[in-house]
Amino acid sequence: MTLLYTEIEEELRASVRALLADRCPPAAVIERVESEPADLDLWKTLAGEIGVAGLLIPEELGGAGAGPGEAGVVLEELGRAVAPVPFLTSAVLATRALLPTRDALLGELAEGRRTAALAVSFAASPYRPQRGSAVRAEGGRLSGTVTGVAGADAADVLLVPVDGELYAVEAAAAVVTAGPSLDLTRPVATVTFDRAEARHAGACDLAAVLRLGAALLASEQLGVAEWCLETTLGYVKERHQFARPVGSFQAIKHRLADLWLDVVRARAAARNAVADPSAVSVAVAQAWNAGVAVRVAEEALQLHGGIGMTWEHPVHLYLKRAKSSEIALGTPGDHRAALASLVGVPGPEGGEQ
Amino acid sequence: MNEADIKQRVAEFLAGHDPAGDRLEFLRARFDAGLAWVWFPEGLGGLGASRELQQVVERELADTPQINGGKQGIGLGMAAPTILAFGTEEQKRRFLRPLWTGEEIWCQLFSEPGAGSDLATLATRAVRDGDEWVVDGQKVWTSGAHHARWAILVTRTDPEVPKHRGLTYFVCDMNAPGVEVRPLRQITGEAEFNEVFLTGVRLSDDLRLGEVGDGWRVAQTTLMNERVAIGGAPTRRGGGVMAAVLDAWRERPELRTHDLHQRLLSLWVEAEATRLSGARLREQLAAGQPGPEGSGMKLSFAKLNQALTGFDVEFNRDLGYDDWTFRRSEDVDFFGRGPGYRYLRAKGNSIEGGTSEILRNIVAERVLGLPSEPRVDKDVPWKDLPR
Ligand SMILES: Cc1cc2nc3c(=O)[nH]c(=O)nc-3n(C[C@H](O)[C@H](O)[C@H](O)COP(=O)(O)OP(=O)(O)OC[C@H]3O[C@@H](n4cnc5c(N)ncnc54)[C@H](O)[C@@H]3O)c2cc1C
Repeated sequence: MTLLYTEIEEELRASVRALLADRCPPAAVIERVESEPADLDLWKTLAGEIGVAGLLIPEELGGAGAGPGEAGVVLEELGRAVAPVPFLTSAVLATRALLPTRDALLGELAEGRRTAALAVSFAASPYRPQRGSAVRAEGGRLSGTVTGVAGADAADVLLVPVDGELYAVEAAAAVVTAGPSLDLTRPVATVTFDRAEARHAGACDLAAVLRLGAALLASEQLGVAEWCLETTLGYVKERHQFARPVGSFQAIKHRLADLWLDVVRARAAARNAVADPSAVSVAVAQAWNAGVAVRVAEEALQLHGGIGMTWEHPVHLYLKRAKSSEIALGTPGDHRAALASLVGVPGPEGGEQ
Repeated sequence: MNEADIKQRVAEFLAGHDPAGDRLEFLRARFDAGLAWVWFPEGLGGLGASRELQQVVERELADTPQINGGKQGIGLGMAAPTILAFGTEEQKRRFLRPLWTGEEIWCQLFSEPGAGSDLATLATRAVRDGDEWVVDGQKVWTSGAHHARWAILVTRTDPEVPKHRGLTYFVCDMNAPGVEVRPLRQITGEAEFNEVFLTGVRLSDDLRLGEVGDGWRVAQTTLMNERVAIGGAPTRRGGGVMAAVLDAWRERPELRTHDLHQRLLSLWVEAEATRLSGARLREQLAAGQPGPEGSGMKLSFAKLNQALTGFDVEFNRDLGYDDWTFRRSEDVDFFGRGPGYRYLRAKGNSIEGGTSEILRNIVAERVLGLPSEPRVDKDVPWKDLPR
């Protein structure tokens, strides 16, 4: 097991980064967020030319047969660009839910011909997988509501876990209502089923699905934090006040040194979570990286001064992504609470071990 | 050389040497077998192997006589890598073996009353006299000088040039006439460090490490290694100081509170993230990709250690202290003594080996490329600097 990046991962990173630099600069993301955030053309290219949609799908089911390590690198790059594409929601969460069923839909997802979303609240966690969901199945039809679903706006198919079983529903058969979301680049929606026609796909261990999602989200949070740190470093080296670059003031330098240390540790935690997506590794990565992404984004805003507070400057997109993903798939507090029993640090009422 | 080769080497070594026999003989033989530090060259305690393979050796030899990492810390962490990088063949052969076996303990004569963070302003003079140098000056905060046989020493050999350029690095014979060591009692009650007075100390020129005037570059190697040695040691999950805290936590359920529980879990996560980044850094070093993370390791280590030891005292609600006796300590005992000692000793972690402020400057300037502080002393000869 290694915490470093492999050559294959670095090659994958380079192609994703090059494509995003070309097709998804911050100005373009800002421009589209208020109308149609999801960039499905970009998603088709990422899926078709680089093959990212099928990374977690075995070759015999039409995918690339890669692993969480490669998916993590893609997420780092997507995080760095706050790219509005459904990789985490379709290629990770929905795909992982469908994998055990070996459903034929996997081949279509891998090619990027269709896109799926897991109809589960993005605020659900491996510890409370049912949060925000009230759906029941009767005679092959689903009824009920799920709040806070990420990726539903861009999905052709909704995968709905009900009582340990997974159902596939065509998006057209459900009502997807997207109100304004804190995260402009990954909005959430309320999904309502009213006796919607559903196809039973197989069994679903939802907690395990959400755990892998949380493991990989740590890589995206790393990407968000890295962009914020690099952009801020660039800014404080250029911006002069009092006849000096503001980055030459020690109060600023020390803050950036501390943020760098946080990011270094976030990288180790993210790599550990993809190398070994065990319950402890995932809880550590989420408890650490979620906070780091928010902290670095908040500091980035502050150290940009007034310009950081504007709509034109992209830092707000990263802050919104960081704050939303802090809550997604378990808050840092949820993951720390889970560690209490996982690593034997019982609380006051835990009593004797 | 891979893991299997190393394991075979260890097996062959154990076949020929009985760990239950004489401790020193065993350690000497281990050095000669290249199993002291496998990444060092052959003949100097190593096998020229990759650094990560040392872990394999440590595991295989875990139940045999061990060196004393606490007492030998400066020799192992600072003197040895510097001698390896700058020493002559003769110096390497003379010093490395007894350094590793612990037959000779080392200390570090760097800091002075007037030169701490700004180490390059140091004033201890070395003046050449034929084949010898005559050293005069005063050092301070010298850990372990009272049991040291040798010291690494930085001196000023040219006061006419700016501060960084007039330094020369030596190995100092602590038994030489004119070396006087006086204990400095510290915050924990004991005397771990000392003042060292150097008066007309004569050192032969073959104790010089590196070129005359090149002492700053040599010292940089020492300091870089010092920071990795202090902050970068491998630990297991929940190990190190965290283990002491967790033991207390598990044994005393009646002292647990919700607030402490939340804080302990946060510290546990920080410790684990820090441990993983140390593991990642060591992997980078082993693969020959020197990363800039090294200077940051000590910074996170110090912060974490201080938070954990402070937490421990608070959790234990013990207003006592184990022992204030004024004595000269043998080594830094982080695990054999009580929470009060650990709390007080950990305060040194953000000062020794470079303060956390200095390390933040280094990260900001050398890793992140931020502009350096305005320098008022850059082109001024050392002798003209305000003091
Ligand atoms: C337990 C212990 C063991 C030690 N062992 C040894 C040893 O074996 N050998 C040895 O040579 N030395 C040893 N030292 C000395 C140690 O290296 C120095 O104490 C340290 O480098 C700081 O120097 P100083 O004490 O002179 O503090 P100063 O340099 O005077 O610093 C005072 C304060 O000012 C801050 N400061 C200084 N410059 C700056 C700056 N540019 N920007 C921001 N803040 C700044 C410092 O961070 C500190 O908070 C030891 C120290 C301790 C505590």
